[in-house]
Amino acid sequence: MASIARCLRAARPSAFAAVRSSASRTVVARPFSVTASNEIRKYTKEHEWIDLAADKKTGVIGISEYAAKALGDLVYVELPEEGRTVNKGDAIGAVESVKSAADINAPVSCKITQINLVLEEKPGNLNQVPEDDSHGGGWIAKVQVDEQGLQDFETLMDSEQYNEFTANEDH
Amino acid sequence: MQSTRSAALSRALRTAVRSHPHTAKRYNSSIALLSQRRQPQSQQQSQPHSILTRPVSYPLQNPQPQTRHASSASSPADLQKTPLYDLHVSHGGKMVPFGGFHMPVQYSSLGVAQSHLFTRSHASLFDVSHMVQRLILGPGAAAFLERITPSDCKSLEPHKSTLSALMTLDGKGGISDDTIITKLGEDRFYVVTNAGCREKDNNYIDREMAKWNTEMGHEGLKVKEEQLDGWGLVAIQGPKAEEVLQGVLAATDVDLKKLLFGGSCYAKVKYGDGKVSSELLISRGGYTGEDGFEISIPPAETVGVTEAFLAAGPEKIQLAGLGARDSLRLEAGMCLYGHDLNDSITPVEAGLSWIIPKERRSENAGYYGADVIAKQLVPRSKGGAGVHRRRIGLLVEGAPAREGAEIVSRSEDGKEVVSLGTVTSGCPSPSLGKNIAMGYIKDGFHKAGTEVDILVRGRPRKAVVTKMPFVPTKYWKGIAPA
Repeated sequence: MASIARCLRAARPSAFAAVRSSASRTVVARPFSVTASNEIRKYTKEHEWIDLAADKKTGVIGISEYAAKALGDLVYVELPEEGRTVNKGDAIGAVESVKSAADINAPVSCKITQINLVLEEKPGNLNQVPEDDSHGGGWIAKVQVDEQGLQDFETLMDSEQYNEFTANEDH
Repeated sequence: MQSTRSAALSRALRTAVRSHPHTAKRYNSSIALLSQRRQPQSQQQSQPHSILTRPVSYPLQNPQPQTRHASSASSPADLQKTPLYDLHVSHGGKMVPFGGFHMPVQYSSLGVAQSHLFTRSHASLFDVSHMVQRLILGPGAAAFLERITPSDCKSLEPHKSTLSALMTLDGKGGISDDTIITKLGEDRFYVVTNAGCREKDNNYIDREMAKWNTEMGHEGLKVKEEQLDGWGLVAIQGPKAEEVLQGVLAATDVDLKKLLFGGSCYAKVKYGDGKVSSELLISRGGYTGEDGFEISIPPAETVGVTEAFLAAGPEKIQLAGLGARDSLRLEAGMCLYGHDLNDSITPVEAGLSWIIPKERRSENAGYYGADVIAKQLVPRSKGGAGVHRRRIGLLVEGAPAREGAEIVSRSEDGKEVVSLGTVTSGCPSPSLGKNIAMGYIKDGFHKAGTEVDILVRGRPRKAVVTKMPFVPTKYWKGIAPA
């Protein structure tokens, strides 16, 4: 089941979205962003997602709905460190349920530019809207992506491949 | 540095109950300067962990080979099924390997936290058939048990149970396994041990029994063991447990109100279409801190009897898995062998001195390690040996501290930060909405209210030593006098 935000995104006129999107990217402190329909979302085998913006320089990362559901009620989120530059696969944060702690790994090489502080107060947003990158959504961080990050991005799965991947996982 | 590494998301989705299921001894008995162990965080995190490699960053201090515990790795093909396997699957049980068995970690109807809270407010049914049920029989049974445990099995009243420990044979006072011993008669004891220690305990008991039976003077004190292989063991826990169980008892003259915590009785249960079970051993107690019962059931009747309990309806009783069992026992301050207890930890260090009755506290009490334990029971301030580490409870701010996380002194006033111990179990407490943990800490820092830090993912988190149980226990000890 897609989140409300995703449904809205699909229905939004792309030109309008592009304008809003570029504006939101330039003002880092802006409390919410509106994503463009021409962003591409890809997934890692470790259940993180990343939206790459049309400019191919910025992105938003989070954990997949599949993962959020499987982990159960998340009660604590450790957010990445703003300003930190990380390599693909580095542990940048963690999500914790009663029974387990899971690392959030960087889906691509990137620099963390903004973190979703709302999650500190409301970790449950991660269960409700894990793949929503708006204010109140379960996104984890906004990032800057360099050449290496773009190359990493190309190796990730698109949503169709990811759905197939999770369908084959024995959970 | 001993910060807890958490698993990658993908691994966490796959893992059993705990993020680091097994390597028994993770905690250190030695107190080393933290600065010697501290490494830059980047170093620790520079290696991406594939989903197949489990990062274990805890140096094992004890080089002796580890026994297998609870969920130690065994291939799925080796795993056994309890009599309730099909029932679990049909109720949406998410099965994981644990103690050599396919066991449900949770069910599709309730998340772990909901299931936990449902147990505290209503009742849950846990399949604990993976545990090893044994009968120790014969005229020497009590005396034999008094050699391998510090319990007073001779004075134990019939149909009373006690928490006990199989003491390590090296005489150092360590715990080879923890166990519940129930006296059924002078020459008949029912002993339940951990599934993960099955092989180790079997070897231990076989060897000790053979030794006992061939010793001079034991001609009239022979013992033998009978394992209840394939039997069911079902725990009903929670405030509705009594009502659920009373509702299916075949005889109307069995009044569970008269069965107190730590006691047991035999009773028959109505199940299926007018069937009546054999006499089942019902013990009042459990592993959640709630009032409840554990019922031992012959193989062929386990499914039917379990279904009869569940027939009370989901508004009263629901199935619960290992996930809720772990957080419930932790709130109740109870130990999990292989995590909070092991071969190198003594009952005194573990805060379990209470399992050793007065009569068995002398150096010549006759059980393995009695001399070590007798000295430890006397604090250093009173001329005894005391202990250097103690099991304690902790409330942790921010991130939950889990097994393996290092306990260190508070970094204040530029004082050097020193290592004080290690967390052995921890999770967010569903009942309290706080992070709870237990672990071992250097003697002197064990008093409630002591402020310490715990390193989680390399960062210090504030924690305070706290009395256990974290959540008050609700054992049935009879009607309170008016």
